[in-house]
Amino acid sequence: MPSAIELRGVTKRFLTPSGGVYTALQDLNLAVAPGEFCAVVGPTGCGKSTTLALISGLEPASEGEVEVFSKAVRGIASGIGYVFQSDAVFPWKTVLENVAAGPRYHGTSPRDARAGAREWIARVGLAGFEDRYPYQLSGGMRKRVALAQSLINGPQILLMDEPFSALDVQTRSLMENELLGLWSSTSASVVFVTHDLEEAISMSDRVFVITAAPGTVKSNYKVDLPRPRNVAEIRFQPRFTEIYQEIWNDLRDEVLVSYERQKRSGAA
Amino acid sequence: MQAPDEPAAQGGADLTARRVREARRRRLTVQGLRLLVAVVWLGSWELTTRLGWVDKFFFAQPSEIVLKLWTWINNGTELGPLWVQVLTTMEETVGGFVVGSILGIIVGVALGRIAILADVLGPYVKAFNAIPRVVLGALFAISLGLDIKSKVATAAILVFFVVFFNAFQGAREVDRNLMANARILGANNRRLTTEIVIPSAMSWIIASLHTSFGLALVGAVVGELFGATAGVGELIYSAEQNFDANGVFAGMVLLAAIALVAEALITALENRLVRWRPQVNTETRI
Ligand SMILES: Nc1ncnc2c1ncn2[C@@H]1O[C@H](COP(=O)(O)OP(=O)(O)OP(=O)(O)O)[C@@H](O)[C@H]1O
Ligand SMILES: [Mg+2]
Repeated sequence: MPSAIELRGVTKRFLTPSGGVYTALQDLNLAVAPGEFCAVVGPTGCGKSTTLALISGLEPASEGEVEVFSKAVRGIASGIGYVFQSDAVFPWKTVLENVAAGPRYHGTSPRDARAGAREWIARVGLAGFEDRYPYQLSGGMRKRVALAQSLINGPQILLMDEPFSALDVQTRSLMENELLGLWSSTSASVVFVTHDLEEAISMSDRVFVITAAPGTVKSNYKVDLPRPRNVAEIRFQPRFTEIYQEIWNDLRDEVLVSYERQKRSGAA
Repeated sequence: MQAPDEPAAQGGADLTARRVREARRRRLTVQGLRLLVAVVWLGSWELTTRLGWVDKFFFAQPSEIVLKLWTWINNGTELGPLWVQVLTTMEETVGGFVVGSILGIIVGVALGRIAILADVLGPYVKAFNAIPRVVLGALFAISLGLDIKSKVATAAILVFFVVFFNAFQGAREVDRNLMANARILGANNRRLTTEIVIPSAMSWIIASLHTSFGLALVGAVVGELFGATAGVGELIYSAEQNFDANGVFAGMVLLAAIALVAEALITALENRLVRWRPQVNTETRI
């Protein structure tokens, strides 16, 4: 079966303000099957967000190939949803207008776009908040808006960059379950970036571990836990603990490398 | 700053009532003190000119300024009925403000969005901005004649640069994340401009509208000083020609009144345009 997403030998370099070249990703290989839910974990600054930017077409790769459904990515492709690491809902639009934005941009009539938006707002549990502006919502509610905003376009590929990291533990597992529910009714492939290994394992079919910068895929693990899952309970299964141990052994080294490096550059 | 609201608990109603009372008392104090400042200021002015410590020929006198305004209102001015003068100046100001703002927003956003335009035109804009632009009023008086057009043009050119720079800055400092999100959601270039760039530049633009309305008024009055047949600026000019200090001050009072009304209108416009922002407490804002 051809992959939904495939990165082959991808390197990404950035120009630094001082005129040097910084290699964020080095020779990275990664493949996601259609309908697969993948998590990407790695120490901070290892290039997780950069990887998503490459897949979405927001940033071009410096070397190597990035393909979505066997087509090389050139610029922003349609059929992609992206929930950003930092808040990216439009502050001057109401919840309704925010969610309706995608269909509007694709030429749907305002009336149909609004009808569709109402449905999605209800689906992410925000019915009754249609006319609020983002500043009148809590952080968790804004994340729901961002989620509805992405999902309404019916993306084949859903990229999520630490969507729940700012939420408290209870809200977080609630939203994780909701996301799994929404995802199971679609055929979308998901790339889910997170710092949190527990979250990664409980949500996904496969976990990619990225090395400390320059980032490359160190290893990938299949998560053979049954679905449907309840993320709050699955952490207590013995198999979960086994997988966690295995991946953590791998990830720990990278986190340590990254930490030591930051400490040294901080001291210098 | 206000203390954050306590959660409604028992006795919450009591607390609210006390807050309301405190707020009212504070408001009364502020208004009382404001009145006091006016009384002290005008009173000492009146007194010193009456006692002859200060020459009222040069510095006018509050009571006579009021008298002058009263005569203008009842008997008209040297140039005709008072309302015609006020209306003329208002017309010129608003005309210049609207033309200058619209051009400023269009050019500012265009240059902010199109890097090559900004690079090519940047030095010219800077050079043009460096000339004291009020002198262009003289040029407009020659080329556009003594009627309303030359004043609108003078006001517009003053407004244009303020709005332009703010729109330009605002268009360039759009949150990259919001742009990325809109592009992912399928926005084309036109949509990016109208739905992301302009709204986010709007807070910069609106911040400049307060200043630029004042400048529009300056432009209109200066335009009138360069030559006109009506308007408050012309009224001040003719008072000056007659060594009538009271007339000059009376004209200034009229201008201040126009500016205050305009300020209120712009604040109303601002509140309409940026409903999406948390409301600012207007009493504590200057
Ligand atoms: N536009 C850019 N210009 C220069 N350097 C960049 C740019 N974007 C990212 N980088 C650098 O690339 C590296 C990887 O960044 P990235 O945002 O992908 O990390 P991350 O893994 O998402 O980190 P975190 O977990 O903290 O979000 C960082 O060192 C960052 O400084
Ligand atoms: Mg990141």
